[in-house]
Amino acid sequence: MRDVAVVGVGMTDFGELWGKSLRTIWAEAALAALADAEVQKIDLITIGCMSPGLFVGQEHLASLLADELGMAGTAASRVESACASGGLALRTGFAEIASGLSDTVLVTGVEKMNDVDGADATYALGTAADQEWEGFHGITFPGLYAMLARAHMQRFGTTVEQLAAVAVKNHANGLLNPHAQYHLKLTIESALASTMVADPLRLMDCSPVTDGAAALVLTTVEKAEKLAGHRPIVKISGSGLATDTISLANREDLTELKAVRLAADRAYAMAGKKPEDLDVVEVHDCFTIAEIMATEALGLFEPGKGAQAAEDGLTAIGGKIPVNTSGGLKSKGHPVGATGVAQVAEIATQLRGEAGDRQVAGAKTGLAQNMGGSGGSSIVHILEVAS
Amino acid sequence: MISPGRSWREFPQRYRLEAEKCTVCGKIHYPPRVTCSKCGARTFESLVLPREGKVVTFTVVRVPPAGFTEQTPLPVAIVEVMDGVRLMVQIGDVADPDEIEIGMPVRLEFRRISSDGEAGLIFYGHKAVPRLDA
Repeated sequence: MRDVAVVGVGMTDFGELWGKSLRTIWAEAALAALADAEVQKIDLITIGCMSPGLFVGQEHLASLLADELGMAGTAASRVESACASGGLALRTGFAEIASGLSDTVLVTGVEKMNDVDGADATYALGTAADQEWEGFHGITFPGLYAMLARAHMQRFGTTVEQLAAVAVKNHANGLLNPHAQYHLKLTIESALASTMVADPLRLMDCSPVTDGAAALVLTTVEKAEKLAGHRPIVKISGSGLATDTISLANREDLTELKAVRLAADRAYAMAGKKPEDLDVVEVHDCFTIAEIMATEALGLFEPGKGAQAAEDGLTAIGGKIPVNTSGGLKSKGHPVGATGVAQVAEIATQLRGEAGDRQVAGAKTGLAQNMGGSGGSSIVHILEVAS
Repeated sequence: MISPGRSWREFPQRYRLEAEKCTVCGKIHYPPRVTCSKCGARTFESLVLPREGKVVTFTVVRVPPAGFTEQTPLPVAIVEVMDGVRLMVQIGDVADPDEIEIGMPVRLEFRRISSDGEAGLIFYGHKAVPRLDA
């Protein structure tokens, strides 16, 4: 396999982008990444997008978006794995270059979620769960994660204050990210006073509905060395993809995100890294409990210790292992198809030393974990500064 | 919304709790599957699930999806009816959702689950209700 590097990073502001359509925000992110990379030729465009059909009534994004960029003719493909669609777009691009099929790939993720109302958005997101055997009974996405939270609380004694600590930390990080949807300081008290969505999860345990796009340019490390200039070369050293049962009722253990553990094991093995080697991590905190369970499944903390670690500040910037320096899905926002790409954009920015006020000093190795549905799929990438 | 074809197709599981048991390893699947998730075999024999079980985990949905707006707060649980056999169901007949707890004994009863507007299909299935005898 050929070594693959990230040579371009771009993203839009995340938020309620009423004045912009899906194609506009996508092109904005793509052009930002292309300008950052200063490459001349793109062999392939990959697009992670969960459900343009339900959110904006549009399919066939490969043609639509290549054309929008004035690149009709270029190979393009859309990939989907619910909220892990962005991570899958990256893995697809990575595999194309590693295998020699493509030399330079524009990896993108996008979701335009605010063109439908709340009920329709809830329905669209709900299609990531088992519609026949879960959705039939009225369960929602927050409801599924609430069931995981309840099981985690029962087994490990996890508290609602510990869940809130995750939201407080991620909003504190989001204050330092100019692209974040929310720039607000959150306290434990106000988080615990927010509206109940699905017991025990409150509004401040949930990521928002967001419009946004993110993009990366990938090429071989060999080509990256010619483009780099004074910047460090950020190499993708590991990629892991795994699935689990889509239905929560069929999971033997409701206190572990097995797909995350399997994807992480595969990525660690490919990269030759261990959890202790990581300097900065982005995880898929679609709900606060998801961050706690992801940090456990990634091996950053032992099973059952993730909540205490969050409460003790071990995952804050300056802590033992900073998690979600970008603000995470909670504060930065969660345009579902864009999230997996935006997470890696944050890690690449950190490894380049360009993260400004939220920079983790001396970060050399990072990991991004993207998740589909209630853990039905997960994708983990490990990045490092090439020596 | 759920089409008439899909609704009809799901009657055996919704109305009668029909499951299948793998003839090779004995694992029980609800709903039935094409391949056994434990051993990969493809031959099964039918059985009907027992109606009694206990709550494995639960939530109370306060922000409902379309079709359930008149049913909030909506308690939903994963209920285990046999060792390793679990299903997602609503919990009915509880005046206060705070009465629900993990491990609570429940019985599955045939109930109306939702409907497709005033002139559309009515969807029936099973809900879990507290077992007063347990």
